[in-house]
Parts: sequence; structure tokens; C-alpha cells
Amino acid sequence: MKLLWRLLRGMPAYLWSGWGAAASLLLFVALWELGAGLYGPLILPTPLDTLATLRGLVRAGEAWPELAITARRALTGLLLAAGVGSALGLLAGLSMTASMMARPWVTLLLGMPPIAWLVLAMLWFGAGDGTPVFTVFVACLPVVFIGALQGTRTLDHHLKDMARAYRLPWRMRLLDLYLPHVAAYLFPAWITALGSSWKVAVMAELLATSDGVGAALAVTRSHLDTSASLAWICAVVGSLLVLEYALLEPVKRELERWRSAGGAPPAA
Amino acid sequence: MTTPPATPPPLLQVRGLHHAYGPTAVLQDIDLDLPAGRIAALVGPSGCGKTTLLHLCAGLLAPQQGRIERPGAPVAVMFQQPRLLPWMATLDNIALGLKAQGVPRAQRRERARAAALALDLPEASLAQYPAELSGGMQSRAALARALVLDPALLLMDEPFSALDVGLRGQLHQLLLARQAQSGMAVLLITHDLMEAVRLADEVLVLAAAPGRIIARYRPPGEARARGEALVHRCAAQLLQHPGVRAAFGLPEQDAPDAAGAPPAGEGGGAWLQAPRCAAPRASHGC
Repeated sequence: MKLLWRLLRGMPAYLWSGWGAAASLLLFVALWELGAGLYGPLILPTPLDTLATLRGLVRAGEAWPELAITARRALTGLLLAAGVGSALGLLAGLSMTASMMARPWVTLLLGMPPIAWLVLAMLWFGAGDGTPVFTVFVACLPVVFIGALQGTRTLDHHLKDMARAYRLPWRMRLLDLYLPHVAAYLFPAWITALGSSWKVAVMAELLATSDGVGAALAVTRSHLDTSASLAWICAVVGSLLVLEYALLEPVKRELERWRSAGGAPPAA
Repeated sequence: MTTPPATPPPLLQVRGLHHAYGPTAVLQDIDLDLPAGRIAALVGPSGCGKTTLLHLCAGLLAPQQGRIERPGAPVAVMFQQPRLLPWMATLDNIALGLKAQGVPRAQRRERARAAALALDLPEASLAQYPAELSGGMQSRAALARALVLDPALLLMDEPFSALDVGLRGQLHQLLLARQAQSGMAVLLITHDLMEAVRLADEVLVLAAAPGRIIARYRPPGEARARGEALVHRCAAQLLQHPGVRAAFGLPEQDAPDAAGAPPAGEGGGAWLQAPRCAAPRASHGC
């Protein structure tokens, strides 16, 4: 309850702090406008045209259903990867043998391009939900795993010794000792995985399914409708940004409060 | 040598302890008896194995050769660094050992608060994170974390080295008062000979490479009754002995006082085990 109140109270300041990021984004849009002026509407439509097309798609009721489908697949794959990857990474971090064994596996998984996984998934799962979800899962798993592994292995051994000296039971060690430290490594890994999940889901849908944003992109590409393609891309990127900055970033700041503490002069 | 008063059975007993890291011998033939209600201080040069000995007594390392008997009752450790969990508020840090014992939340927070106030920690600091506290306050929080458990044996590794003289004196008094009240045994590692003489019932001097006990010294009188002048004199007496100086790598003095024998009538301490010179030289009789 206190947590929720603190989040709400910090919301205005947090939103206000977004001006810097907004300015940076607008610079990007300005460069886009410049490119559009140079290359013409077939190659690169102007930002305003793209927004107008997007508005049209939303009004026609086409945008939200597709976004929802893509979001569902991406988030399912992401949650599976986050859950499995975090748990396995934590366990591997505790065991020297497991972490040495896991390294080549992670290199293998990271080395395989998602498109290769997609081809396999199409053969295994067909054209339904399973293909994008599996591809997202496999693409996001190594990132989360490494984050959890490194987090667990870098815990200060002084604190580990202190925990042993005070006879902390395993539950306390997990919740009070390892998790808060590992969270600092896990959160960036989860945020990276979130970005990956969106991209991989759209890619999987482009090739393998008949619904979702990726499928819509395939259609607009075949119609050479650059404006609509860019509109869909904007929709995808926009939803990703909203998810990251409205949901994950405030939670991350809350969990990391203890890090920025100590900037103020200590009470002598 | 005066016979010591009847001592209670030892709470911590170490016999014939040897320890090595790989091929390097770190501790050699350590014998130690610490009865309840007594304070023993370990002094020695850096790297002589004091911290290793403390870790062995705390049960953090397995003894390779020799025997350590620890009490079954709670043992609390205070390390050289405060080692507070940076993501927990100070009050929760102090209550950590109680939480490990399964004490319910309200009760352990109350006890932690009482322990913190007994050590003069300001109320406001209890809600802050350790990074927001000064070094002295972090040390006091670590001490509170150890004392709140009401341990039978307290192991301390240079606990007060980060504190100023005034704060150190305050905590010395608090520790002695607490120890007299609860009868806990304390094993204290310190660099500061004066602190050792001020607090301890027995001072053990270690030499380095490998770590071994070369002298045992009992300061006179009760710890709480030792005045500043007496402490200075006894520390000087310790520091003047060539054996002790050699252990610390200090140069020889030009005119050493009578080595070992307490100055008559001045109430000096007693050598339970007079130091033999680590490096025998012809110039002083050892």
C-alpha cells in the first residue's frame, strides 16, 4: 500500500523528467522528416503522413486487435523466458559446476539467429500461436540466464560470510541476500529481453502467421504501402516504449532506491 | 606469578590448531582457553593469521588439524567491515540475526530498536539505508546486530578501528558493562595495544609467518577499573619487550627496560607466558 502510494506520488516528477527523452525523440523525427524530403513518399513517407495513416488504422479498428495479438505472444514468450531463465541462472550461479557447464550452452543459444529458430518452430508448431511464442522464448532465454548467473556470482563474499556467521536459513538467504542483489542484474536483462521479444514476435508473425502486426506488415509490404508499413512499425515501437517506461522503469527505480541513497550527506 | 582466581570452564577451547592455505602455513600450534565472562584480546602484526583464527572460531572455516570447542549457545561475530546489507534499512539489518532465529517481526524490531538506542544510534538513522550512515554509525549498527542476539560468545575483528577516540571510549564502556551484566565471553582482535590492555583479561601476542602465540599477558586489576595512566604504562611495558617488538617488526630500543618483569610496586601486569625472541640477538638478554 505504501509502495503504491509512493509510486503515485512520484508519477508527476517522473513524467516531467521525460522532457529530455522526448526532446531526443523529436530530434530523431526531425531527421526522418529530412530523409522524407530527400527521397520522396514511396521510399520514406513523412512522419505526419505516417501518423495520419496510423490514425486511420486505429479508427478503422484494425490496429488494436493486431497489437493485442502480438503483445500476447511476445509477453507469453517473455514471461516463460524470464521465469525459466532467472531460475536456472540463479541455480547455475550457486554451483560452480553448473555455471561452467552452462557457458557453452549460452554461447550456442546466443549464436543461433532467431530466424533459424523460427524455421524450426514452423516445422514443429505450424502456423498457430506456438511458433512466435517458442521463438521469443528461445531468443530471450540466454539474455535473462546470463543476467541471473552473473548477478548470483558477483555477490560480495563478505556478505555471504556474514550470512553464514549469523546462520541465515536458506529462505532468508534467497530472499534477503541473493534476490535484492541479483535484481540489479536481472532488471536490465529483462528490459533487454522485452525489446527482443517484441522484435522477434513481429518477425515470427511476418513469416509464419496470418494475424498479428507481423502479418499486417507482410500484407502492406506486398501492397508496396510504405506509409502503412511505417505506421505499423510506429505502433509496435510505441507500445514497446509505453510498456517499458510506464511499467518497468518505475518498478526498477523503486527496487534500486537503496543504491541512490547515500548521495545525501550522512547524519553525523 | 599470582595464581589466577578460580576460572569457570572454558566456553571456547582451541587445542593444537594448525591451518594452512595451500602450502603456506598460516597458523601453528594455537592453544586458547576462553572462559565465560572473560575477554581475550589477540594482537599481532598484519597477516599473522588473526582473522583466520577468528573465522575458525566462528565456524566459517573447517579446522584442518587440531580441535575447536565452541559453545552450543549463540555465537555472534562482528567483522572488520560493517557488512550491513545495503538494500535493507538499518533497523532491519540489526534485526537480521533475530529474524534468522525465527523471532516474530514486531518483537525483533523492538529488540533491535532497544539495542540500537543502547549504542547511542539516533532514531532517524534506523529508517535509513546503510549507505546513508557514517562509518562510525555503521560500525555501531554492526555491533548492535551482534549484541541484540545476547550471545554467549562474541567474536570481534578490529571492531572499533574506524571510530574516533571519544566514540571508541564510549563503546568500550558499553561493551564492558554489557559483558559484566550478561557474562558473555569476548574474543577481540585489535591492532591497538592500548585497546587490548584496556579491555582484556588476557592479551595474546601473535607473531607472523606462521601465526603462533609468542606471549600471553594479563593486565592488572579489573578491566572497568583500569585508569588511563595504568593502561598507558602496561601498553608501554608490552611494547618495550624485545620479543614483542620483534614480532611486530619494530626496531630494537637503545635502552630496554627490564625485559618481562613487571615494575615492582607500580601495579604492572603479569606475563603468563613471557615472549621468547622471534629472532635471537646477542644484544639483549632474552
